[in-house]
Amino acid sequence: MDQSIKKVILLGSGALKIGQAGEFDYSGSQALKAMREEGIETVLINPNIATIQTSEGVADKVYFLPITPYFVEKVIQKEKPDGILLAFGGQTALNCGTELYQSGTLEKYNVKVLGTSVDAIMITEDRDLFVKKLDEIDAKTPQSRAVESLEEALEAANEIGFPIMLRSAYALGGQGSGICENEKEFTELCKSALSFSNQILIEESLKGWKEIEFEVIRDKNDHCFTVVPMENFDPLGIHTGESIVVAPIITLRQDQIELLEDVARRVVRHIGIVGECNIQYAFNAETNDYRIIEINARLSRSSALASKASGYPLAFVATKLALGYTLDQIGEMGTPNSAYTAPKVDYMIVKIPRWDLNKFYGVSHEIGSSMKSVGEVMSIGQSFEEVIQKGLRMIGQGMHGFVGNREITFDDVEESLSKPTDLRIFAIADAFEKGYSVEKIEELTKIDPWFLGKLENIYNYSKVISSYNKIEDLPEDVLREAKRLGFSDFQIARFIEEPEGNMETEQIRVRNHRKSLQITPVIRRIYTVASEHPDKTNYLYFTYGDVKPHTPYKEDGKEAVIVLGSGAYRIGSSVEFDWCSVNAVQTARELGYDSVMINYNPETVSTDYDMCDRLYFDELTFERVLDVIDVENPKGVILSVGGQIPNNLAMKLHRQDVPILGTQPTSIDRAENRHKFSGMLDDLGIDQPRWKEASSVEEIDAFIDEVGFPLLIRPSYVLSGAAMNVCYDRDQMHTFLKMAVNVSKEYPVVISSFMQNAKEIEFDAVAKEGEVVEYAISEHVEFAGVHSGDATLVFPAQKIYFETMRRVKKISKQIAKELNISGPFNIQYLAKNNDIKVIECNLRASRSFPFVSKVLKQNFIDTATRIMLDAPYSKPDSSVFDLEYIGVKASQFSFSRLQNADPVLGVDMSSTGEVGCIGDDFSEAILKSMLSVGYKIPKKAILISSGEMKSKVDLLDACKLLGERNYELYASHGTQKFLVDNGIKATEVDWPDEDGENNILTMIADKKFDLIINIPKDVTRRELTNGYNIRRGAIDYNIPLITNARLASAFITAFCTLDLDDVHIKSWDEY
Amino acid sequence: MQRLRLVRLILENGIVFQGKSFGAERPASGEVVFSTAMVGYPESLTDPSYKGQILSLTYPIIGNYGVPAKSETDGISDFFESDRIHASGLIVQDYSDDYSHWSGTESLGEWLKRENIPGICGIDTRKLTKILREEGSLLGKIVFEEDHETDENSVFSAADYNDDSTDFYNPENDNLVAEVSCKEIIEYGKGDKKVVLIDCGTKLNIVRELIKHGVSVIRVPWDYDFNTLDFNGVVISNGPGNPNHCVATIGNIRKALNNEKPIFGICMGNQLLAKAAGAIIYKLRYGHRSHNQPVRRIGSNQCFITSQNHGYAVDESCLSSDWEPWFVNMNDGTNEGIRHKTKPFYSVQFHPEAKGGPNDTRFFFDEFVKLIVNH
Repeated sequence: MDQSIKKVILLGSGALKIGQAGEFDYSGSQALKAMREEGIETVLINPNIATIQTSEGVADKVYFLPITPYFVEKVIQKEKPDGILLAFGGQTALNCGTELYQSGTLEKYNVKVLGTSVDAIMITEDRDLFVKKLDEIDAKTPQSRAVESLEEALEAANEIGFPIMLRSAYALGGQGSGICENEKEFTELCKSALSFSNQILIEESLKGWKEIEFEVIRDKNDHCFTVVPMENFDPLGIHTGESIVVAPIITLRQDQIELLEDVARRVVRHIGIVGECNIQYAFNAETNDYRIIEINARLSRSSALASKASGYPLAFVATKLALGYTLDQIGEMGTPNSAYTAPKVDYMIVKIPRWDLNKFYGVSHEIGSSMKSVGEVMSIGQSFEEVIQKGLRMIGQGMHGFVGNREITFDDVEESLSKPTDLRIFAIADAFEKGYSVEKIEELTKIDPWFLGKLENIYNYSKVISSYNKIEDLPEDVLREAKRLGFSDFQIARFIEEPEGNMETEQIRVRNHRKSLQITPVIRRIYTVASEHPDKTNYLYFTYGDVKPHTPYKEDGKEAVIVLGSGAYRIGSSVEFDWCSVNAVQTARELGYDSVMINYNPETVSTDYDMCDRLYFDELTFERVLDVIDVENPKGVILSVGGQIPNNLAMKLHRQDVPILGTQPTSIDRAENRHKFSGMLDDLGIDQPRWKEASSVEEIDAFIDEVGFPLLIRPSYVLSGAAMNVCYDRDQMHTFLKMAVNVSKEYPVVISSFMQNAKEIEFDAVAKEGEVVEYAISEHVEFAGVHSGDATLVFPAQKIYFETMRRVKKISKQIAKELNISGPFNIQYLAKNNDIKVIECNLRASRSFPFVSKVLKQNFIDTATRIMLDAPYSKPDSSVFDLEYIGVKASQFSFSRLQNADPVLGVDMSSTGEVGCIGDDFSEAILKSMLSVGYKIPKKAILISSGEMKSKVDLLDACKLLGERNYELYASHGTQKFLVDNGIKATEVDWPDEDGENNILTMIADKKFDLIINIPKDVTRRELTNGYNIRRGAIDYNIPLITNARLASAFITAFCTLDLDDVHIKSWDEY
Repeated sequence: MQRLRLVRLILENGIVFQGKSFGAERPASGEVVFSTAMVGYPESLTDPSYKGQILSLTYPIIGNYGVPAKSETDGISDFFESDRIHASGLIVQDYSDDYSHWSGTESLGEWLKRENIPGICGIDTRKLTKILREEGSLLGKIVFEEDHETDENSVFSAADYNDDSTDFYNPENDNLVAEVSCKEIIEYGKGDKKVVLIDCGTKLNIVRELIKHGVSVIRVPWDYDFNTLDFNGVVISNGPGNPNHCVATIGNIRKALNNEKPIFGICMGNQLLAKAAGAIIYKLRYGHRSHNQPVRRIGSNQCFITSQNHGYAVDESCLSSDWEPWFVNMNDGTNEGIRHKTKPFYSVQFHPEAKGGPNDTRFFFDEFVKLIVNH
């Protein structure tokens, strides 16, 4: 190891966004762990406050600051580190580090880049350098030209010939990439791509080739090997982040894999990677021809997947290599293995992406070379049939596996097969139903027939199961085979008896029948080298194999506590619930229990096997959770830290007499079932927006006559407002209601009157037996109507009346008492003047728990877990709530990746991530947060179109400030008049559909503006309007956009009253 | 897939597994061994080192890419390591009869049937591996039952039913090298420099590698006294079973040690060279059969990941003083190679020719040929 390295800065990846998600919390956390083991002092810069890596005891110092060259330099100045790690924070960290290196900053402060050199990184990032470097060793890359203008691009395209693959350099997750069939498509995409990057790549299209991926690891002594070869189920042309991926490779011969491995090693050695990298190939299995598509000289989503798929801790090992160790000197994290052994597995894994495209208006469901998915799952098993069915259940969109999803049929199957969408796999199931052959489906999808044959097996077996009429009649061999093929008890029940409803009874009957035949799943331990060495990892999964029933898992006689994790990251549930889960297992472990985690998301820290005593990398379904409970016989199960998935299991588990820790399921049901909850509030005399349970159209109409519009519609048991909407007229209401009812038949739809211009207040707390122990009151910057997951949160609340605060506390205490809450909970309030209304109550940790815990330096989950386990806890004294600083949580949007999506905020959540920054005052905190989610302080020109009069007025003071600071203001007609009337200089511009010299769209394309403020007049009218064109233009041309007047005011006030130089560079512990 | 016949794997310790037959329907017996390689079943099955062994694969999904056609280049098969399947039987968990690869001309099951080798699927290979790991290698036999109703419990004791028709077979007792070695000299290549390849059951890739380096190869039977031939170097090949049967080979190698011509041993070759140099050989508990064995060149920080397939190892403590251990296994510390302190004689326990496995150590062929050319 390099002894001169005593202090290291690690760059995180910031807010989660499409293409860069939780996997970097995993890689950064492992890196920090590896350095801590070596006694190196660590400094972390990451504004993502909900991560594990920014928790206490992971890094020595944490800065919640933007990952930009400006702020990183400031931290370097202050901390004087010896080294910097760039490979653990995704593209964000890599780009920032490269800039700092090129500008000479790192040299100036004598900071050494550890691991792969920046020169080598640049080879992998700059296409021209990349091709040249690979040409030197005859490694093949796609025919490609890097161009910097549209003219050059067209010339290159005509030379190579259509179809053409277009990529932008230095872009995460293939942003601005796509396959173009003709010149028209090509020209459009070029323009957009050139706005993100000054260099784009024009390449030969290899559509239909296989896509193969390796993770390669190399040390300074040139030891080098590949880890877990992966194969995409979808053929090339679909971004690897959008593909179903299997490992190990299944449709290539040994010599072909060898060929690609050899090339990988040659390339990695030639470029000079030290640490870990990812290499992606296009491979033609008939000709053995290959192209190297991409090399990522850093940890990536794929490396996180490979780590979880093999049990080989790539990020940990890569860190040690960066510190100067060689592979033979490193032991694998927590195991007696040497890190110098390429893992071999004796199971198969499949990764499936999770999309949330329904959350965005105007987005196409087609998937292609640009990434749209927001999360992923990994399933482990013994046959492809098993892993794909498990995986499709894990995705968590109501699917029960490959078959048995009654609701899904396709009108045009052929098109659904040939034009891939997020639902294509189910189109394959529908195609089998409609009599298509494997050959025909292969022709339409270009998916390898091996996979299709296995899918056909599943389909065929569903017919075998269907031929029985009673669950108890199912013979042993059929049931055993069904389980081997990954059928769930739910699917089996559905195929045999076709019951309606949630089928809880029928599922349990299948379970009982199975158990009577001794067909129960077995636990498999994941060893990194197949089963060759009897290592003691605690990394487990379930499969059906051996016939012996399992004896309860009691290795050391300790009582087990099971924590249910949060599943796939998706809009409304991501890293914050991973933070909660990890904290819960850690507290349980500290308290002397065997802590048991169930989760299946490869992008998480909770699925690192050293985080708990036993990790079940498996489904969070009713069936599988019961399987774990059978084996563990636990003291109890914690449902309240993993978001909505575990919460939804409360009543089902309760009915099976499973001990639930903390708040009892009957209370959870009273809070989740809107009808019961509203009734309870009425009984307690607590005000709430007027509401009605809607089960028929007549009822709804009567309610409308009574209260009028606008109205909020939502079904019960939802997270992040799935299928929640505000309606302004009757037609809208009826159309929407149809959609909403389809979401979940199990629970009724509730409609309530919607308050405008009200403040929204969040109450996050922990209670014990109905008594509130600790709490945090925060407020939204935006008025109600923006989903709480999209809103900007201020803690402690700054602008609410003392009386409001008092009432919030009082009502919260009443509710806690009534529901006898023990554990975490969250209540959302509306406040107008001093009127307080309760809008929602969750008897589980909420999205803002890590934020308030970290700002308050009081770990709410630790307290909650202690309470749930009846262990001593320290009750904070009231001085703790008296903070001398402020935290602001801001949301990260990924609209730039979602072509055509209208980037406007409403009651349905659309942000993909968030940051939380701390400042001495509100302006400082919001400025740091806004800069952290990608806003920039405008240099000169700002476009304002401020919508209705109310928002014009809201923005007036901020516009005055801008005027005083000599910003050039441009405004649409009405706004311009309003500004001028109020003495603010502004240039009038023309709407997109108007003729005139100052057409807004042209000016956007010419990059005339540094900031665009567009306040939509009506949040529900989302057709192609001028407003939409402006907003979309801003996104497509990468110009910061704000669509909320109150947020715009706050941001403008912050940067007008505060100079960047005045922003304090303070670490978390300095507050 | 048609309905498959039930078949049992009976281990000498009495444990019985029940599976389904997808290969030839005939009984077989041998030593049961496991390999952790994830791909490369055509290469493994035709590797003569598996003679006398029933091979169990830990990777569960097998057969997926079918079996390639028998094509040849310069008289050497393109995809196989010999002209036939040498393993006595194959045990897998999830067999894919519907294979998918353009080069596949038959399924794995069809191939096994054609070569009259039984194959069993539906076995919990993780469990079998665990047993072999804990108890060491075991003898086993594959037995077909009459088609009658059986209960599905696959864990039986051997006493539950009678099977006297097939005996356990211990390959240790036979000279398997003699069985798999060529019967007469075969020559390959047109190079000026001539390499004698002592065929103890050579994998064809050793021949391919040598020819690729421009030498001609004289492949001789295991007991042939090659010292009478005109040659520039010797390669001692891999091979099956107990090396102690190869008395004639060791005698011939001893003679060659009196000369200065380069000698390079691979796998069995390492053991035979070591025996010629005075060492003794012992049987490993369950052998090394995988594509990811880490080895270190002794006294250096040079490590390699290697392909291995052996059940015996060299006890280097008895090497004569002219010799020294050269490589060591980083997992269990066993010997992975020896070399002469002054003369160009050396050998490795692993497979630099791979097929399958990593190509990290192919450079041994470069070095060996260089040695011959410069000698």
